[in-house]
Amino acid sequence: MSKVLAVAEQKDGALRGAALEVVAAAADLAAGLGGEVHALSLGGPGLQGAVGELAQFGAARVLVGEHDALARYLPENYATAVAAAAREGGYAAVLFAATSQGKDLAPRVAALLDVPLATDVTALEVEDGAPLAVRPVFAGKAFARVRSSASPFLASIRPNVFQCQEREAAGVVETFTPTIGEARTRFREFRAVEGTVDVGEATVVVSGGRGMKDPAQWSVLEELRDAVGTGCALGASRAVVDAGWRPHGEQVGQTGKTVSPKLYFALGISGAIQHLAGMRTSGTIVAVNKDPDAPIFKVADYGIVGDLFEVVPRLAQEIRALGRG
Amino acid sequence: MNVIVCIKRVPDTETRIRVAASGTAIDPAGVKYIVSPYDEFALEAALRLKESGGAAEVTAMTLGDPAAAEQLRSALAMGADRVVRLEGEPGPDGLATARVLAAELASADAGLVLFGVKAVDDDQQQIGPMVATLLDRPCVTAVAEFALEGDRVVCHREVDGGIEIVDVPLPAVVTITKGSYEPRYASLKGIMAAKKKPLEEKPAASVPARLELLRLELPPERPAGRILGEGPDAVPELVRLLREEAKVL
Ligand SMILES: Cc1cc2nc3c(=O)[nH]c(=O)nc-3n(C[C@H](O)[C@H](O)[C@H](O)COP(=O)(O)OP(=O)(O)OC[C@H]3O[C@@H](n4cnc5c(N)ncnc54)[C@H](O)[C@@H]3O)c2cc1C
Ligand SMILES: Nc1ncnc2c1ncn2[C@@H]1O[C@H](COP(=O)(O)O)[C@@H](O)[C@H]1O
Repeated sequence: MSKVLAVAEQKDGALRGAALEVVAAAADLAAGLGGEVHALSLGGPGLQGAVGELAQFGAARVLVGEHDALARYLPENYATAVAAAAREGGYAAVLFAATSQGKDLAPRVAALLDVPLATDVTALEVEDGAPLAVRPVFAGKAFARVRSSASPFLASIRPNVFQCQEREAAGVVETFTPTIGEARTRFREFRAVEGTVDVGEATVVVSGGRGMKDPAQWSVLEELRDAVGTGCALGASRAVVDAGWRPHGEQVGQTGKTVSPKLYFALGISGAIQHLAGMRTSGTIVAVNKDPDAPIFKVADYGIVGDLFEVVPRLAQEIRALGRG
Repeated sequence: MNVIVCIKRVPDTETRIRVAASGTAIDPAGVKYIVSPYDEFALEAALRLKESGGAAEVTAMTLGDPAAAEQLRSALAMGADRVVRLEGEPGPDGLATARVLAAELASADAGLVLFGVKAVDDDQQQIGPMVATLLDRPCVTAVAEFALEGDRVVCHREVDGGIEIVDVPLPAVVTITKGSYEPRYASLKGIMAAKKKPLEEKPAASVPARLELLRLELPPERPAGRILGEGPDAVPELVRLLREEAKVL
């Protein structure tokens, strides 16, 4: 049977949204391959209670690997545990989320298992009984269809792209004894940046560019973000990151993050090719720009020509009114 | 301690991608090539380490065809002491590329090997940590800034939701993201000197590729958008469409 292993990421004992997407993507892949999904969740003691939800999203078995050494993400420990689980289970495919953690972890597991890895994929298919992945290249200016001749097939999936739905049949949750590696990485400190949602995983992104004029004006965008509410993050063009107005973590584009939110607001952003590369796969794109010829209007589904300092506050107000209505 | 920086020749980020007749490569006509931007950050980081006394020699290394000599010259012009080209053509299988690089690095004398966090052509974001794993060396990815502290390297990683600070013992592998290392421009003197410095060329280890590129496709054009109007008066219509047509609010 062609089993698929879904590596389900948790943070501080809570499942990441991306984990459900990995399980759902794995369930679709497993259906095509004629097998079932096992979700693997690694973490510190007390994890079991938090990950049961995975069983509702398509995992026939949820393997919970609790260990003190896994309480924090240390790459060697996690890579060793996942590679061992993949070997022991005899999986046809292993899927990761292309989050910060998944991007760090998956290549290590691939090297330990000696199989290639397709990263950041936006579609998975089954052709002639074997998995096939579609992944963006050139920051989304093109898509590559790739196939691996090695087994297991390894891929990381881009957040927000795969739909997750609850399934009728719920799987079982079991404990799993992880193999622990020897961590050489020593954790020192985590400095959280303001704003809880990362732009790469947000469902709505409010991005500002040089048209914002001044970093102090960002309160205008924060107001829109707060009006939209949960799942909304701020983004930025490189021009404002280079100017030091915003942190690089917010940069969208070829040398920043590639994002695919359901809704993307480009505010005071001209739409340079490197910026478009990072956001053109968004669901719906809205642009506000005072220049009617700005290239951003060529990719925007909806555009408003005008001064963003007049348009955006009104937008925030109308969206807030929806919530009340 | 010596530092090796792995760099890749990639199309300029301005490039409009067209697919070649083969269907599995881009049409190279008119394409300008550059050193992948994150690799420039990595090279800059290495040069600064040398300038501050932390590194003795900086080598730039690439796996590429003869045209990649151009990017090695750029590395020399920026200030690299040595450049090495492994003769070959990197394909879509990142693990195969990682094996070739690891085979060379295994016997090289380098306390620190730097990579870009990703090459902006294939966007695989995998080769650095793969090489480290193959060499059984510690690796820190997505590093915006690092410093040596005794026999360890302390790294500021850019991760979802914040900055994580970790350290690993040397010898180590670090992949660099955009952060503190805005690359310098090559000086005229550097460019002239680069022309005279030797370019080492070596046969690359032969590693079969197992990830096959079946087809390269352009994304569907986004249907032409609509300008809804001018100024704040257009906002109610926008909100209505976002709710009723796009169904995203
Ligand atoms: C190697 C390389 C990599 C790059 N990578 C990236 C990347 O990852 N991401 C990225 O974004 N860029 C990237 N760039 C830069 C890119 O080429 C552009 O320079 C950048 O995206 C421009 O940012 P911007 O749209 O904010 O600024 P501008 O191009 O200056 O646009 C500002 C816009 O604001 C509008 N405006 C001004 N005032 C107002 C107002 N009051 N109301 C409404 N609109 C207003 C203007 O009409 C204009 O269209 C890269 C460039 C290179 C060379
Ligand atoms: N052909 C190559 N030669 C040398 N280094 C490379 C090559 N391909 C990738 N790299 C390095 O690996 C990093 C990550 O590449 P990738 O995993 O392909 O996104 C790049 O930023 C380079 O530092």
